[in-house]
Amino acid sequence: MINEELAVKMVGITKRFPGVIANNNINFEVKRGEIHSLLGENGAGKTTLMNILYGLYAMDKGEIYIYGEKVDIGSPKDAIKLGIGMIHQHFTLVPPFTVTENIILGYEGNNLILKTDEAEKRIMELAEKYGFEVDPRKKVMYLSVGEQQRVEILKALYRGAKILILDEPTSVLTPPETKQLFNILRRMADEGKSVIFISHKLDEVMEISDRITVLRKGKVVSTVSKDETSKRELAKMMVGREVIFLLSRPEVEVGEIVLDVQGLFVLDDRGLTAVKNVYLNVRRGEILGIAGVAGNGQKELAEAIVGVRKALKGKIFVEGKNVTNRPPYELMSMGIGYITEDRVGKGLIIDLTVKENLISKVYSAMTRKLFFLDKDLAERYSKWLIKEFDIVAPSPETPAKTLSGGNLQKLLLARELAIEPTLLVASQPTRGLDVGATEYIRERLLEQKKRGTAILLISEDLEEILGLSDRVAVMYEGEIMGVLPVKDANIEDIGLMMAGAKRLNR
Amino acid sequence: MMQALNIAFWISVLTMTFRMATPLLLGTVGEAFAERSGILNLGIEGMMLMGASVGFLMGYITGNLWLGVLMAGISGMVLGVLMAFLTVTLGAQQHVSGLGITIMSSGLSFYLYRLNVPTPGGIPITVKSFEPIKVPLLADLPILGPIFFNQYELVYISIIIAIVSFYLLYKTDWGLKIRAVGENPRAADTVGINVFRVRYICLTYAGGLAGIAGSWLSLAQSGMFLPGMTTGRGWICIALVVFGFWNPLRILGGAMLFGGIDAFQLSLQAVGFKIPYQLFLMMPHVFTIIALILVSRRAIYPRALLKPYRRE
Repeated sequence: MINEELAVKMVGITKRFPGVIANNNINFEVKRGEIHSLLGENGAGKTTLMNILYGLYAMDKGEIYIYGEKVDIGSPKDAIKLGIGMIHQHFTLVPPFTVTENIILGYEGNNLILKTDEAEKRIMELAEKYGFEVDPRKKVMYLSVGEQQRVEILKALYRGAKILILDEPTSVLTPPETKQLFNILRRMADEGKSVIFISHKLDEVMEISDRITVLRKGKVVSTVSKDETSKRELAKMMVGREVIFLLSRPEVEVGEIVLDVQGLFVLDDRGLTAVKNVYLNVRRGEILGIAGVAGNGQKELAEAIVGVRKALKGKIFVEGKNVTNRPPYELMSMGIGYITEDRVGKGLIIDLTVKENLISKVYSAMTRKLFFLDKDLAERYSKWLIKEFDIVAPSPETPAKTLSGGNLQKLLLARELAIEPTLLVASQPTRGLDVGATEYIRERLLEQKKRGTAILLISEDLEEILGLSDRVAVMYEGEIMGVLPVKDANIEDIGLMMAGAKRLNR
Repeated sequence: MMQALNIAFWISVLTMTFRMATPLLLGTVGEAFAERSGILNLGIEGMMLMGASVGFLMGYITGNLWLGVLMAGISGMVLGVLMAFLTVTLGAQQHVSGLGITIMSSGLSFYLYRLNVPTPGGIPITVKSFEPIKVPLLADLPILGPIFFNQYELVYISIIIAIVSFYLLYKTDWGLKIRAVGENPRAADTVGINVFRVRYICLTYAGGLAGIAGSWLSLAQSGMFLPGMTTGRGWICIALVVFGFWNPLRILGGAMLFGGIDAFQLSLQAVGFKIPYQLFLMMPHVFTIIALILVSRRAIYPRALLKPYRRE
């Protein structure tokens, strides 16, 4: 009966992929009623381990016990039968289906003729029990990301999940949504369910976990109780060395105005006003941080500045020249670099090779003899950037899609910084990256500042904003609530402005 | 000439509408299942031709027309399984696989025919084709009688198939699974649905219906087999499935509309308008293009259409 207290016991799990050992003899235990975090950098093997538990991957070696019983999990179906549910990083929902349809999809207990009403009732009961709201008849495509995640959780609960795996669940959530998620998870743990929380965010892990298992390069570094560890210790275990949390900001003489935005209005994809009467400027050698919860117009602001979204009203000047609604290629040739928040969808063409991505902004300069590309030059150029930016890719001919998230971001950064921009718009440059890659990207941004680049840094990560910027602007519902020098900023005021509860006079 | 367009003319047009619609309806309902599961089945034209040939041959050799229909369906199912093997198991390009099956089948259907049927002087052999059945009492109603109650059994069967298919797709657990597989196969996979099996089943169903649609042409509509006798009906099904938003009931309406146009042009030809008949023959195809232009901008394709599914 002692074993009953162990919901999950994984012993000696080994999984090889071509060229790498993703999991190397891993031992992992989760108790009943605990929230257990799996902490590690991207590529440490966290998701692989959980995919094995959920039956998505077959392990090469090892044993799994669920509630003390040895089990053989060959498919997600087996896992579901054992009471295991998994919420993936990328949701596995069917957008045109209703909430109910998504939840009952593939459920073993369905009748051939679906009884949607009964299912709806059960869903409402479950939602109420764990303290969240959901409209079972709404189509999933009309739900916010946070709501979609709750549908995923309901999907697992509906199937009677007692062990819930969440893969980086907060990476897509706003801070209030994260808080709500944590409440739900705590309730589930109190009920005796076990929660496995995959993350690389130290703050969250420290906030939510009972115990923490740290993975590095496919191996378990240690399993510790939250009360007996610290952020610093965890970071060290995760990276394998001391991490500098505070970056030394170089002293740079701030120069003349590079970007000047005057009274800008921009619409979002739905045709609503996303940016309202925004005034701001960034000087040479200065980083202006835009703080705010995602979805408050930051994306639209950045896109209008780099020319991929139309400005409805107002003017944008770069180095004194009016560039409002000029085409992106013209802005690019003026030396505007752009790191989009959507590196896979918009920043890179992931089906092309690393080399092709790297030269995609400078190909015309590499054209020789009529319209043929100078292959040697392209090769040398991309090899230089791969080395310069420490991109882990076997060769320039590697398809970009095979790179990890951190390396994709380095690739994007390399392409944008290679043109030596005078203005850099960096939108969520470290989102979803592990500690090592984050540190690297931030250092690179500071290096650019030293070079004299004017940088507009948009980030949801307040620590990042405060650590890198010279001045902070807070955006709320499309408006700038205030701009203030970082040395005068206190985190409480910024928090109030982010929530729309405080406004500084311009 | 205008007096030819009297009530009898319109009754005959409407009666014929059902008959012209039947192969379109069967083929398109099948295509809807294939596409709902994520596979564009461009093999449909070939599957119809194969059904026409096999159906005719079975009818000709055994004298049992229903055995012909059955074998036509089975021949289509075999091609459906082949299509599934190419696109689901091997993950081949759906366009190429489908067109390949159509090209192969258009040759093979005629080859099978020539192996079994001597054609002296090029005159095609005929079988005694299906006859319309009279529904007792109702068939004698004026106007409605001949239109609705004096039809071929296959006409009724095809309508029943469309209605049953609608319920299957929208009201049952299976339908939910099929639609999920065509929208987001990964989501389906993670809840334990066998994406590969669903796609095999849907393509088999699509093939079977296309085969039966083909047998209609050779066993009910004409009583003979001619190479290429489907004359692009498979392609019209591909358009019709978009027109019908992948919904069997809307497809039923769409098939009636298209069948009606076909029936109208045939009837006009029969009345003897002094217009080149090629213009009449063009009508269904021109109409297809117009209908698609009007509708397709609003059409929401199954999101996983054309994308082979692979587990990571």
